[in-house]
Amino acid sequence: MMHESDKHWEIKPESSLLDVKIKETLEYRDLLWLLVRRDFISFYKQTVLGPIWFFIQPIFTVVMYSLIFGGVAGISTDNLPKPLFYLAGIITWNYFSDCLIKTSTVFRDNAIIFGKVYFPRLIMPVSIIFSNLIRFGVQLLLFLLMMLYYHLQGAHFHPTVFILLFPLLLLLMASLGLGLGMIVSALTTKYRDLAFIVSFGVPLLMYSTTVVYPLSVAPKQFLGVIKYNPMTPIIETFRLGFLGTGSFSWHLLIYSATVTFLILLGGIIIFNKVQKSFVDTV
Amino acid sequence: MSDIAIKAENVSKLYQLGEFTTGSLNKDFERWWAKIRGKEDPFLMVGEVNDRTSKAKGNLVWSLKDIDFEIKKGEAVGIIGRNGAGKSTLLKILTKVTSPTTGKIIGEGRIASLLEVGTGFHPELTGRENIFLNGAILGMKKWEILKRFDDIVEFSGVERYIDTPVKRYSSGMYVRLAFAVAAHLESEILIVDEVLAVGDAEFQKKCIGKMNDVSKGQGRTVLFVSHHMAAISALCNTGLYLKNGRLVDFGNMNNLITTYFNEGKLKPKSTVWTGSDGDDNIKLYNCSIFPADLENGFSTTTDLIIEMEGEVLKPILGLIMGFTLWSEHDYELAYVLYDDAEGSVKTVDPQYFKKIFKIPANTLAAGKYRIEFDVGIQYVKRVIHDNCDIFFTLVNKDGLGRKFPAEGRGRTSMFRPNWTVKN
Repeated sequence: MMHESDKHWEIKPESSLLDVKIKETLEYRDLLWLLVRRDFISFYKQTVLGPIWFFIQPIFTVVMYSLIFGGVAGISTDNLPKPLFYLAGIITWNYFSDCLIKTSTVFRDNAIIFGKVYFPRLIMPVSIIFSNLIRFGVQLLLFLLMMLYYHLQGAHFHPTVFILLFPLLLLLMASLGLGLGMIVSALTTKYRDLAFIVSFGVPLLMYSTTVVYPLSVAPKQFLGVIKYNPMTPIIETFRLGFLGTGSFSWHLLIYSATVTFLILLGGIIIFNKVQKSFVDTV
Repeated sequence: MSDIAIKAENVSKLYQLGEFTTGSLNKDFERWWAKIRGKEDPFLMVGEVNDRTSKAKGNLVWSLKDIDFEIKKGEAVGIIGRNGAGKSTLLKILTKVTSPTTGKIIGEGRIASLLEVGTGFHPELTGRENIFLNGAILGMKKWEILKRFDDIVEFSGVERYIDTPVKRYSSGMYVRLAFAVAAHLESEILIVDEVLAVGDAEFQKKCIGKMNDVSKGQGRTVLFVSHHMAAISALCNTGLYLKNGRLVDFGNMNNLITTYFNEGKLKPKSTVWTGSDGDDNIKLYNCSIFPADLENGFSTTTDLIIEMEGEVLKPILGLIMGFTLWSEHDYELAYVLYDDAEGSVKTVDPQYFKKIFKIPANTLAAGKYRIEFDVGIQYVKRVIHDNCDIFFTLVNKDGLGRKFPAEGRGRTSMFRPNWTVKN
C-alpha cells in the first residue's frame, strides 16, 4: 500500500539542477490521465457540436490558405491538391504550436493550484502534450479522410516508406513544443513580457517553416533560416511520408532531433529550477 | 522506528516584498555580475522580522525564522498566531509547495493536506469526476479513490448532486466534497488549514469528529491551523504559537491559547480604567470593578460592583451604555445595558453620569474575566471599543462548586453551578 519513497522524507532548501524526480513523477501517472480527461471533457462541455470543433478550425484554415496562398498568391504546392498540401502542414504545425502555447502559460494558469498542493509539477506540461495529442489524432483522421477522398478523385500522390518515421516525428514535435514551452513558462514567471512575444511570435514563426509553401520554392535568401528551423525537416518528412513529395535529408532530420533534444533538456532543467521558487514570486 | 512524525530544524523562509517586475532584468544582471566577481548580492537587504504592520526597511523579510519543533506520531497539533504570523508558510513548507530558505524538516509517513477549499476542482466537471481529479492531485492512486468512493460521497452528503458540475454547487457543498476527499486520504499526517469556516454547524461538527477520529482513533498525526479556538482546543493537546515568523512557544494547547489572547493587550490588566475616551457626543472617564465586600476580595461569594463614569455632551436618542463580560478564552458570557429594565428608548440630555451594575455573588466560577465596555448610539455608531477594558480574577475561597478554575477544553470561566447533591 505505502510506497517506500513516501515513508521517509526530508525537506531541504535547494537540490541539484538535475534532480528531476522522474520516479516520483511516474507515481503520479493516474493524475496525468485524469488531467488529460479533464482537458478533453471541459473542451466540449456546454457546446452543441462537441468534439466536432476539433475539425472545424483546420478546415477553415485550409480553405483560407487555399484561397490566399494558393489562389491569390499562386504559390506552388508541389503538384499536390492544395487542401491536402496545406492540411499536412497545418495539423503538424498546430500540434507543435498548441503544445508550445499551452505549455508556455502553465505556471500562470496553475498558479493557484501550485500554491496550494504539491505534486510533481512536470505532470502539468506533460498532460498538455497528451491532451493535444487527442486533438492531433482527430485532425490526423480528418487528414486521412481527405487523402482517401482525393485518392478516389484520382489525384497523384502516394505514401512512401518514410511514413514509418511518423512516430519519431510525433515525438520530435511534442518534445520541441514541450521544451520551448517550458522554457518560456519558466521565464514568464519573472518576465511577463515573454508571453506577448509568444502570442505574436509563434504565428510569425510559422512562415519560416514550410507550412504554406514547399521547401523547393523557398526564396534563396531565406533558405538558411527556413532549413534550419527545426520544424521544417519534420513537416517536410511528414509530407514525404504521407503524400510522397517533400525534401528530405537524414542530416537535417538528425540536426532537428539534436536541437529538439537540447531544447527539451534545457526546458526540463529550467522548469525544474523555477518550480521550486515560483510560488513565492508569481 | 522512532516515534517522531515531523522534526523541524532551524527552518527559515525569506520572502521578497514589493514589486518584482520593475527593472528586474537590470537587477538580475547586476546580481549576476556581483556573483561572478564573488561579491554579495547588492539587493539583498534583509529586513527585520516579519511584522505586517510596520514598514520594513529592507525589501526582504523573514516569514519564518529559526523554527524548531518535534511532533510525535499520533499527536494533534494546533497552530495558532495572528494573520501573517507565518502559519500558512509553515504549512506550505511542510507540504512541499514551497521550499525553506534554510534548515530542514525530516519526517515519516505520507502527508495529506487540506489547504484550501476545492483546490483543483474544475467547475465544468461533475462531483464524481472532481473526486477523482482532486484525489489524484492530493496524491491518491485511482484504485485508492475507487475503494473509498462510496465513503467519500456519503461523508460529503452531496449524493444528489454527484453528477452535477460543481460550478452549480453552493460554497458549502464545495467544502464538504473537498474535505471528504482529503479526509479519506490514506496518510499518516493530515494537515488542515482553516477550512471549517464555510461549512454549516452540522458539517463543522462532523469534521471535528472526523479529525478527532483520525488523530485519536487511528493514531495519525494531525496539524490544524485555525483561528477558531474552541475547535482547536477541543481537538489538539499540543500547540505551536507563531508570532511574526518566530516560534513563541510549543507545548500545551490551552496554555498557548491563554498566552495568545493575552498577547497584544499591552496595557496592564487592571480592575480600573481612568482616562478620557469617546467623541463629541459621549465621553467615558472612569471604569472600575470592585468587590462589594472589600475584605473578602474578588471572591465567588461576593457581589461585584461595576461602575462607569462619563459625560453625555449632546442630546442622544438611543444611548447605549453597558458592557460585555468575556471569559478568559474569549467566550462571550453576558451583555448588559444600563436601561435593560426599561421598556422604551428615551432621549438622554447632556449630563454627567455614573452607572452602577452588580454581578450577584455566586454567579461566576473561579477564573479570569474581562469586561469590555460598550458605549454608543443605537444604529449610528459605537463610540467606545475595547480600549477601556478592565480585568478581574475570581477565587473560590469557601464557596460552593469547584475550588479551582476548570481548565481545558474551552470550559474555563463559566457560571458557578451548585448542582452537586450531598450524599
